[in-house]
Amino acid sequence: MLKEITVTVNGEKHTLEVEPRLLLVHMIREVLNLTGTHIGCDTSSCGACTILMDGKSIKSCTVLAVQANGKSLTTIEAVAVNGELSALQEGFKENHGLHCGFCTPGMIMRATELLANNPNPTEEEIRWGISGNLCRCTGYNNIVKAVIYAGAKMRGEELPSTEPQFV
Amino acid sequence: MIPQSFQYESPGTLEEAIKLLHQYGEEAKILSGGHSLIPMMKLRFATPEVLVDINNIPGLSHIVEENGKMKIGGLTRESELEHSAALAKIFPIFKDVTKLIADPQVRNRGTIGGNLAHGDAANDHPAVMLALNATVIATGAEGSREIPIDEFFFGFYSTALQFGEILTEIQIPIPPTGTGSAYHKLERKVGDYATAGVAVQITIGDDGIVKAAGIGLTNVNPTPLRAVRSEQALIGKPLTEHSIAEAALYASEDCSPSADLRGSEEYKRAMVAVLVKRMIHEAANRASNN
Repeated sequence: MLKEITVTVNGEKHTLEVEPRLLLVHMIREVLNLTGTHIGCDTSSCGACTILMDGKSIKSCTVLAVQANGKSLTTIEAVAVNGELSALQEGFKENHGLHCGFCTPGMIMRATELLANNPNPTEEEIRWGISGNLCRCTGYNNIVKAVIYAGAKMRGEELPSTEPQFV
Repeated sequence: MIPQSFQYESPGTLEEAIKLLHQYGEEAKILSGGHSLIPMMKLRFATPEVLVDINNIPGLSHIVEENGKMKIGGLTRESELEHSAALAKIFPIFKDVTKLIADPQVRNRGTIGGNLAHGDAANDHPAVMLALNATVIATGAEGSREIPIDEFFFGFYSTALQFGEILTEIQIPIPPTGTGSAYHKLERKVGDYATAGVAVQITIGDDGIVKAAGIGLTNVNPTPLRAVRSEQALIGKPLTEHSIAEAALYASEDCSPSADLRGSEEYKRAMVAVLVKRMIHEAANRASNN
């Protein structure tokens, strides 16, 4: 039995008829054709499908589309405004915070909420903050640097060096 | 992975939800945070015909101190527990435990009521609730009833909740000053179930005598386990290395862990002993600063 739901996605209202078992990530990717949100593990472990629902980061592979009824969703597609990269996107670009890029949309959506709640996180808070997002390329150091960079940029402070650090 | 087809109901009131649960009986499952249920449905381990989503029922999400009790709504998210100043002040154990439950995104969805009602000894809140002597409030067609936490867990995925009942609130007695609490679990990686987990709450009087102790164990027994002999080893005397060692030994003897990828039975018993010791020290330390 189809259910009618109304969701606001990246500021645009959609009224859809969906099967109750349709997963939110499938609605986003296959119904709305927003394929920036990725499906990695499909078991709520990897965080590649992370989006914001009413400002909170969630794993959209483990939420039903019907549960998003009346909610406002933000996906990676809405992070850059008029082609202008967000502070986080710029941070990932400048600090080589990605190699293959598969985890990046989820990382950025998660870090968006992290910085909204805690504009000046410590390195440890960042590492715990992205502990639900797996990256199999970077070893995380450059991702952490990217978030530190974005935080500084959003606070209007001097930007940290983007030079690679050799340990 | 896609769940089997089901009918979705999203009642706006508790009465309506209970009515639906009665109407559909065994075919219905309650959807709270969904981060245990939906993965099980995707794997087709769970194939409910009806999902009763309680997320749109007002009044089930709160953290309030009232009449000497901390009252936590069943639908309160882990992330709300994690960041609650009211809880942090009286029950530092909530900061310990929530940080170790899954990951930030899962904590934005997962609820304390769901964590308990799932009846999984590998979940972390059951041991904490045992240590804090919580009472579970279940609401059904006949109204609400109180279930002491010691009578709540029955077996694997089985609790005292009856058909048509919803876990609406958890009530925790506010402890006297001189009380501290702590939780830790040994986990292989973020989001893993505990190799072993230990929750401790301890009250130490001005005379240095232990007045009360609660010790709960995670994932080392078929059901969440209260370490009764360990508690008794502490109560009524000053806290000493000797009494702490005794409590640690009893807990490691009284649990019943099974060997799995996380370790052998002996290893887990050894880790229970280590964690009991550490958590008693941590809780006592917090008690003296309170």
